[in-house]
Amino acid sequence: MKVNQEAFQAGLFDPAAPAPTGLQNPDGAPATKRFDVYRNNVAVSLSDALEAAFPVIRKLVGDQFFRAMAGVYLRKHQPTSPLMMFYGEKMPQFLRRFPPAQSLPYLPDIAKLELAMRRAYHAADATAVDPQALAALAPDALLASRLRLAPPVQVLTSDYPIHGIYRANTTNDAPKPVMQPEAVLITRPGFDPQIHLIDRSTATCVTALMDNTPLGETLTDDRLDLGATLSLLLGQSAITEIH
Amino acid sequence: MSNTKKSLVLATAVASAVAGLATTAHAADEKCYGVSLAGENDCAAGPGTSCAGTSSVDYQGNAWSLVPEGTCTTMELPAMADGKERMGSLEALERDIPA
Amino acid sequence: MFDVSRDAPLPPLPGVGYKPQHYADIIKNPDPVGWLEIHAENYMGDGGRPIAQLRHLAERFPISVHGVGLSIGSEGDLDPDHLARLKHLVDWLNPASFSEHLAWSTHDSHFLNDLLPLPYTETTLAQVASHITQVQDTLGRQMLLENPSSYLAFAESTLSETEFLREIAARTGCGLLLDVNNVFVSATNLKTSPQAYIDAFPLEAVGELHLGGHDEDEDETGAPLLIDSHGKAIVDPVWSLLDYTLERSGPKPLLIEWDNDVPDWATLAKEATRAATALTKVAA
Repeated sequence: MKVNQEAFQAGLFDPAAPAPTGLQNPDGAPATKRFDVYRNNVAVSLSDALEAAFPVIRKLVGDQFFRAMAGVYLRKHQPTSPLMMFYGEKMPQFLRRFPPAQSLPYLPDIAKLELAMRRAYHAADATAVDPQALAALAPDALLASRLRLAPPVQVLTSDYPIHGIYRANTTNDAPKPVMQPEAVLITRPGFDPQIHLIDRSTATCVTALMDNTPLGETLTDDRLDLGATLSLLLGQSAITEIH
Repeated sequence: MSNTKKSLVLATAVASAVAGLATTAHAADEKCYGVSLAGENDCAAGPGTSCAGTSSVDYQGNAWSLVPEGTCTTMELPAMADGKERMGSLEALERDIPA
Repeated sequence: MFDVSRDAPLPPLPGVGYKPQHYADIIKNPDPVGWLEIHAENYMGDGGRPIAQLRHLAERFPISVHGVGLSIGSEGDLDPDHLARLKHLVDWLNPASFSEHLAWSTHDSHFLNDLLPLPYTETTLAQVASHITQVQDTLGRQMLLENPSSYLAFAESTLSETEFLREIAARTGCGLLLDVNNVFVSATNLKTSPQAYIDAFPLEAVGELHLGGHDEDEDETGAPLLIDSHGKAIVDPVWSLLDYTLERSGPKPLLIEWDNDVPDWATLAKEATRAATALTKVAA
């Protein structure tokens, strides 16, 4: 007659099973539809959290497909933290292996991008350096200097046009994406994350800077426009320390 | 690249970066306004008893019949990178979806 | 306008559950809202707009932190990481109040994102009391515990909900948060009297009241089944039950909860105005 939380939880995720014995209606009969209230709350609230987290994926596959897929995801990957703002971390891996989504091979990378945008939104605040501090450095010091980038800053590279697909599904009148590999830089100059299309050389450079590589050592690629890269970072309040 | 040349490249890059900044400065006021980006916790119950939590047919076993029908259908991106055609509707889904 | 000194309790005025889409309206004209309640978990990120908004609002309003993920009713231990996150929030914000639910939501490291019910027995009484003591010791302050909405009953329960809550308050020194809509929902669903529940409730321990809207459904026998959806206006019978409660408790901080299908500020302020009227009637 005792219903422990193990049994209660198992019942929540198995819609075909009867409600655990020991749960009752007011007349003492076994609970049926009343247990479904909890089943529904869990599934709906987790599906809603996934919808909020992956608006572009949802747009790409359509509402009906997304809701059904969310139903599979939430049973496979229950949240491991009470913070709904971060639920859905396994979506890229899930999409990569989810058979009905195989026709859209770019979905996992779009999911990664949406996760990165959300991490940027909640990342710690940091004060940007005064650009003049960089300009004031002597040439030798400049070569050896390392930059600390703001917590929201992230670089993503993909075999697919992730920037084009993201823009086409989040802004009006954006051009149709063209099939090509793309890399993006995510920044957060104020409170709204920004997404920038960058070339591979810039992606490599910013990634190296994030790994604490001295500025001088990022100059390995002739195609790199370091001026444009630094301008982008400074303009986006993305550099928080020079040392 | 020699260190001297690197120094020169770097100094030029920094100068151009800083010079270009005056026009890219962004307004910092009213930053607090704006809505949240993603899901929140709350203590409300979902509506009713008859939707997502209680139907099993859509997402378990071999009854999957949905295909992506959103904006992906209008983007004209090639399907599988390895040249395979779109798989379309799957007749059956493995019982245990690996992830 | 309001006493926002950090050590003041919540004022006996209407408050609302804060939604980011109302930020500009609240800054412009909060009337008649005197305080705000936030869900703790939404302010556990590292930074960005949510935290900035909260800092800003906390300079203007008393803030109540309402946890929805601590799982106080768990059979197992509280999640130490989550408790640490909560302590961090309460430490920097120093809110007027902290409250949580008589419910569980985490089992075996999995968070289920719903307030799940527990049986009322000597065993669960000891577990919940121990968790509340741990929370109060960690936070260094008293907390309030909220009565749940019930959709079913546990055959194994040996105590009534009011007996359970009374004993929890006595053992731990915690206060109680009385959700009047939850009383109405549970009483309807379990075919008991909502007034009798209020009569049996230890009103002297109540530090805050909640009001919210619910959905109406039926179970398989055709019996009414109310769902605590927080998605619409508060119905008249719940306003009546509020009056019944206030006549016995006197004025209390009174929160309007609206979490689903969140309306515009004017609609929410209208509910708060009705709450202000109810409070005025008993302010004497």
